[in-house]
Order: sequence, then C-alpha cells, then structure tokens
Amino acid sequence: MRELLTGNDVVVRAALNAGALGYAGYPITPTTEIMTAWNSASIKDKNLRFLQTEDEMSAGFVTIGMIMGGLKAFTATGGPGNVLMQDPLNMVENMRIPFVAVIGQRGGPSTGSVIYSQQEVILTGWGGNSEGYRVVYSPMNIQELYDYTIKAFNTAWTYRFPTLVLTDGYVVKTRQEVNIYKPKKIVKSYPLLLKSEKRNPKKESNYVNLSNTFVTEEEAFEANKVLMDDLMKMKPKVVESELYKKGSINTLVIAHGLVAGAVKEAINTDGKKMKFGMLRPITLNPFPDIALKKALKGIKKIIIVESAHNQLLKLVKEALYGLNIPIKHYGRPGLGVTPEEILKLIK
Amino acid sequence: MTNLKIPKCWKVSSKPHNFCAGCGYPLMYKALGYNIDELKIQNNTFVGLDIGCALLSWDFLNVDTMQTHHGRTIPVVVGLKKTKPKAVGIAIVGDGGGYAIGAQHLINARMRNEPITVIVINNAVYGMTGGQEAPTSLPGQKTSTTVAGADSHLIQGPRMLSEMLDEEVYIARTSVDNPVQMKNYIRKALEWQINNNGFSLVEVLSFCPTNWHTDAKETREFLNRMKKQYPVGEFKAAKRKPKEDASLE
Repeated sequence: MRELLTGNDVVVRAALNAGALGYAGYPITPTTEIMTAWNSASIKDKNLRFLQTEDEMSAGFVTIGMIMGGLKAFTATGGPGNVLMQDPLNMVENMRIPFVAVIGQRGGPSTGSVIYSQQEVILTGWGGNSEGYRVVYSPMNIQELYDYTIKAFNTAWTYRFPTLVLTDGYVVKTRQEVNIYKPKKIVKSYPLLLKSEKRNPKKESNYVNLSNTFVTEEEAFEANKVLMDDLMKMKPKVVESELYKKGSINTLVIAHGLVAGAVKEAINTDGKKMKFGMLRPITLNPFPDIALKKALKGIKKIIIVESAHNQLLKLVKEALYGLNIPIKHYGRPGLGVTPEEILKLIK
Repeated sequence: MTNLKIPKCWKVSSKPHNFCAGCGYPLMYKALGYNIDELKIQNNTFVGLDIGCALLSWDFLNVDTMQTHHGRTIPVVVGLKKTKPKAVGIAIVGDGGGYAIGAQHLINARMRNEPITVIVINNAVYGMTGGQEAPTSLPGQKTSTTVAGADSHLIQGPRMLSEMLDEEVYIARTSVDNPVQMKNYIRKALEWQINNNGFSLVEVLSFCPTNWHTDAKETREFLNRMKKQYPVGEFKAAKRKPKEDASLE
C-alpha cells in the first residue's frame, strides 16, 4: 500500500513489519522521530517495549539486553551519538548479538550540523577497537530505507553480525510516497539467554556463561580468525550493489546513499549521450569490490562523488588497489550534491 | 546457613576461582549462591558482570551470565528485564563500574525504579588495573594514582541513591566479614525485586589485600576503617511527599 510518510516513520513501520518488539534510544537529530513514533506505537500495543535511556551507550546496551532475552530490538542514532554507540557495537561484534541500528548521518566533526552529511561511513562500518565485523546498508531513498530496514533484521538474525542501516537527515526527515508491504521473508528471533525455566540444575552445560574477554593473545587471534572467516563466508550472500547505465559507457561514477539518487537522475537526463553510468555500493561493509571491478570493463575514468572528504574514496581505493585507472573525486562534506553538479563533473 | 557447604548453584568446574587469595568476591558469591538456592530462582536468574575484577566471575555460578563492557552492566540487565519481566536480573559491579564509569546508568536506573538488583563491591581501590584510586578510596589512602594519599572526596552511594527520590527502594550496605548480614541483605534485595518489581542495591564492603598491600590482620583492620567511613545497614528513601502539579494533567 502506498503511503505518504517521513523516513523516520518508515523505519518504524519497517521494524514493526520485520517483527521488532523493542526499542531503546536517546534523542538526537535527525533520528529522534524514530523514537517518538515507536513510543506512540508502544502506547497502543502493549507487546512493544520502549525505553528512553540516559545516553547512547545505555541505549545500545539496553537494546542488547532486550535481544539476549529473544526479542528483536533496535536503536537509532547519528553523529556524536553514533560515536558513543560504538561501545555497544564492539560488544555485539565480539559476542555475535543480532543487533540492528539505524544511523542518521549529520555533519561532522564534533556536534557538527544536524541534518546531512556522509561522514559516518568509516565510523559506522569500522568503528571502535574492532575490524568491521558488521553489515552496513546504504539505502538511496525512502523506499529503500523501508526495504533495507526489514532486510537488516533478517541479516542480523541469520548471520548474527550487527547490521546497520546508514542513512541521513534528508532521507529520514522528508515526507515521500512509499510502498509499505508485508515482508515475504521474516527470520525468527530466539533467546540467547534464559532459554528455559525447566533446566536440570545439576548439569553445568544447561547454563550460558558469556564472556567477551580473551585471556591470552592466542585466544584473541583465534577469536578474530573465526569472526573474519565467518564475515568472509557471509560476504557473497549479503554483498549488494547496483550498476546503473543507459547504453555503453566510458565513465563510471561511484556514489552511495542519497548522492547515488542524484547521480541516477543525472544518468536519466544525459547518461546515454555523455556515456556515463554508476556503480553504487548498497552494502558499504562488506564492500562490493568484485562487482566494482567487473563494472570497470571499458571504463576510462572513475568519478567518486560523496558528501565527505575521504570516506567512500578510501573504500574504493582499497578495492581497486593495483589497478591503474584515473580517479576523480568530488567531496562535499556536509552538503548535498545535485544532478546538475554531476553533469558538470562529467564534462 | 552453614559455611561447611557450598551453594547448590556453585559451578564446580570453574573452581578454583580466578580471584586473588584473600579477595572478598567469593564470600559475596557464597551469600548470593545460598539465596539463589533458597529462593529457587536458579533457572530464572540472569547475572550481568562488569569489567574490573567482576569479570573474573563470568562463570562462577550455574546461572545464565553475561560479562559486559566496563560500566555498562546495568543497562544490559535493564534491557533483559524488559524482555523477561519475570526473570531476576542482577548486576554485579565494582566501585568503579558503579560509581565512576557507570555512574550515570546507576543513577538513572534508580531514578526510573528499574526492577533490577545491583551488587556493588566496594573495596576502596581499582583491583584489576593494579590499585588505582576509586571513588570510594579513603581519605589519605595510598594508591598507585594517589601516592601522596587520596583526598577526602568520596562517594556515599547507598545514601545518595536512597535519598534522591521519595519512591521506596531497598538499599543496604554490608561487609564480607559479616556473612549472615550479607546473606540477609542480598536476600531482601532479591525479594524486593521479585515482590515489589522495583530497584534494589546492596553495597558490599570487601577485602582487597593484593592492592591494599596488607596481611590478614591488616586486611581486617582496613575493612574496619572502611566501615567507619561507610556505615553498614539499611537505607531509607527520603520521606518527602511528592508534589503533584495538577496543571500538567
């Protein structure tokens, strides 16, 4: 059913339709309305759990507690809140907790601006004292925000890696038409602790004792090896990208999120005539390096466009290491990018 | 209670435990273990453990446990109670986890009257990192970050938490050298959670001979010094009548 909704409302509708029953958060622009909409929903539906916590660390750790009991739960934040959220995120990476968060990027550094930027890519994908054992989706518009928020719960509960939906204030604050549907696939949740009240108290293996501390360096090495191996095994199943072009191309634009939407518009206008197309990573982590290399056939020039100085650029350079292909970069931290600007770049 | 028997919920395979010789933690665990046995809540109890020496007991008892990040134990237990309101949630934290790095969570959990039980081990020092100053270090106490002696600023957790609101809670302070009282207070705290669906806390004054650099006799003396600064007993909530603002209705 098509409805006129803000991105923040869309997140709540997606979470509810994906079977989420819990939300803990701390208000921060631009994602505050996810929290207020969930609070309103929880008044009507007594099965829904809600807590406004004292800060984002608490929001993340309360969400973890809800999940441990078997509930699909999530949180949302952005900017400085995303910085604090790295504390719980590192724990869920280590302990393989199916944690979901929606990140509404705002301009950095510091308190920064409150609505838009793409400067939280590296933080969201690789933040903390970890090595990016997580999945990050970057939806291009409000419809994809709905699609990928649902998918985030399925990914998290299938692979037990934290899954984040990285968006921004322009997407979540704008009201647009979106198709709200019942998802075909919903992965069920299950308790990770307190699995049964009927346990033989004499059998030690009936009790779950979870630690996130490694006693030796070798233990840390082994645990990281398992995490990385599992991440690599998961990668082909979750990695996503879109190649968008009209006819044959010699210039490839690489962009993600809202900026990719602007590039798409530019391609629709003059892509065929000016022979350029776009490869957009939908998962920023894991990064679609194979799809990107494939898309380079016949390409003379790459243009990376992002609302940041060096976030997507970093990821693309790493993916293309060893290939000798010129890269042009258009970085606009804090600012949106219009289709007209894209067309100017191609000329 | 008899000291000759170990609690039924003792996890035998994890013994000998990882705490230093003379540590007070195992004594607290004994008191907690007996209460879990007697209240018959072994299959319905969740223990969250902080970083610091608390982490050494991540598999001390045969109950479901989860070690968390430093200071973040209380939010995890709060979250689990949201999903499992009938479970008994216990957060075990040190004086750092409770009154320093996790203080905001403790204060807010008390303010919201979260139905969890917090056990704060107060040994006046940071044990795991090798004896730095705690928010509870005694005036003049020499630690590795107060080599000239700690200042006189210290936190009175139970008093602060009990007086901050009118709402009744169960808050008490006990010490590991009084196992009967310790067991009794922990029992009352757990029952408070079970029966009143509200917040409860027991601060346990505990030994740390390793970082106090004390022998057996001096250890007892140090604990007695702590008791002078931190009186044991049960704390009452402030008895102010809450003011209602009819204009907000």
